[in-house]
Amino acid sequence: MTDRRTAASSRSFRWTRRIGLTLLTLFTVTPLYVMVTSSVKPLQDVQSAFRWLPSRLTLRPYLDIWRTVPLARYFVNSAVVSVSATVLSVLVAVFAAYAISRYRFPGRRLFSVTVLSTQMFPGILFLLPLFLIFVSIGNSTGVILTGSRLGLILTYLTFSLPFSIWMLVGYFDGIPRDLDEAAKVDGAGPLGALFRVVIPAAVPGIVAVAVYAFMTAWGEVLFASVLTTNDTRTLAVGLRGYAAQVDVFWNQVMAASLVVSVPVVAGFLLLQRHLVAGLTAGATK
Amino acid sequence: MVAVGHRPEHRHAAAPPAPRRPRGGRLLAGLRRNRLAYLLLLPALALELLIHLVPMVTGIAVSFTQLTQFFIRRWSQAPDAGFDNYRVALDVNAPAGRALLHSFWVTCQFTVLAVGLSWLLGVSAAILMQDSFRGRGLLRTLFLVPYALPVYTAVIAWSFMFQRDNGLVNHVLVDQLHLTTDRPFWLLGGNSFAALLTVVVWRSWPFAFLALMAGLQNIPGELYEAAALDGAGVWQQIRRITMPSLRPVNQVLVLVLFLWTFNDFNTPYVLFGSSAPPDADLISIHIYQSSFVTWNFGVGSAMSVLLLAFLLLVTAGYLVLTSRRRTAHD
Repeated sequence: MTDRRTAASSRSFRWTRRIGLTLLTLFTVTPLYVMVTSSVKPLQDVQSAFRWLPSRLTLRPYLDIWRTVPLARYFVNSAVVSVSATVLSVLVAVFAAYAISRYRFPGRRLFSVTVLSTQMFPGILFLLPLFLIFVSIGNSTGVILTGSRLGLILTYLTFSLPFSIWMLVGYFDGIPRDLDEAAKVDGAGPLGALFRVVIPAAVPGIVAVAVYAFMTAWGEVLFASVLTTNDTRTLAVGLRGYAAQVDVFWNQVMAASLVVSVPVVAGFLLLQRHLVAGLTAGATK
Repeated sequence: MVAVGHRPEHRHAAAPPAPRRPRGGRLLAGLRRNRLAYLLLLPALALELLIHLVPMVTGIAVSFTQLTQFFIRRWSQAPDAGFDNYRVALDVNAPAGRALLHSFWVTCQFTVLAVGLSWLLGVSAAILMQDSFRGRGLLRTLFLVPYALPVYTAVIAWSFMFQRDNGLVNHVLVDQLHLTTDRPFWLLGGNSFAALLTVVVWRSWPFAFLALMAGLQNIPGELYEAAALDGAGVWQQIRRITMPSLRPVNQVLVLVLFLWTFNDFNTPYVLFGSSAPPDADLISIHIYQSSFVTWNFGVGSAMSVLLLAFLLLVTAGYLVLTSRRRTAHD
């Protein structure tokens, strides 16, 4: 950042900054504070009037929640679905992005525009027809897509696909073509160039895309609520269902929410530089 | 910021000119030359077709049928309905049409407020954090947390805070600040709109902040120095330099925020369950309820198609309007 001492030294600006950022910090932090402190409160603390500090610290909620709801099963379902969707999405996106970045073919623009525009359509629009199509596929081929993890994996992998392709095209375009050509001169085919040159050079972008795909799958609620059954419930549906009951053990729910959030938030914050570049690329392009 | 600087024109400039050939031969040769490209694209194309495009066409087809739970296993045989579903959805004198119109109106008000507030918080934070100061990096990371949290955990935490008897909000308002004597409900009745707005803004302003921060980094520092030499104060610099420079970012950001907020299902669903209070009955959840709770899929699909038509219209109008204004300025 270039020197802007004139602006920064303005007293009114510095005070506005102090007050504004303090308020924003309070707004941001309060729910996080509630989550963390409530998760170590005994049950009576969260059933009576709210209190800022726990009457005593306990880790019981972190143990009890696994028995209150089948959290382990939800966890396994979410993990299987999210990891599979992520791996497949990255693979499919890498291939598609390589084609778009390195080839000029008829339909290239049409494909990019169509794929990107699906991003703006409301999920509710696809939900029912997708359910119906999955039912038909099940009836005619015997491949069960409703209520199974497979159906959810296919759906989620498509959700992150447009953005992943878009972001990877940007990354691949930044890798000089001369590198591909050099690999081809060394006897590698186009795929060899992709795997030996382009993918290694785009690792930060690929990791960012993977985190994005994982976050998308891990947090999705709408399709999971319709496409899963008791056995395949994901964390999103399971925890929501529990928190919507009349008598909720809020300390346990907060503990579970933290356990569920920590891997995703940690991944996001660790990779924030790459992710932020990609996430905002659309808005600044 | 690796991906930010790229512009599509550069890619086209790098493409080698295609050699001239007779027409039919050229097509075949093109297909052959690009065979690998199409092959690489095939998985993505197949998935997009299966999950997005075919369902969209199916949805439009279903909106012209009387699809109820009796036909759900053999939905292609559902009786034809012509435009009946659209008549039901648009008839404002009947309960279904009136409810849809109400939900649409609520969603419009909600979206304007949520996008406006998210943008305002985002732009304020971005401007306040433009110069470096101690703790800036830490604060930036902190502001990203709401965006990184899975939607449902964030919303569940808020729904605990909004509980009437044991929530934080009422504790602060009633027990600590004594603003009212009886504890209001936040997730029922009129207050549900404000509650939903708070949660949505909490989750979406960090994105506005991120995009605007990236936009601010493209403004050359000399502009500010020149303005300072001319005697412009901080606020004048913001008004004359910062805001005009952010216009291209704002153009996309506002559209993206609009589409996300207007289509938001997850937040109201986790906060209220499948039937939201009328004051916070956003359109997505209304359509969900009309289809999956009352099992009336034909009408639900007609409503979805109407929603899509509205979004396309607004998006197209917005793009035409903003790009015309942009060319007028250049």
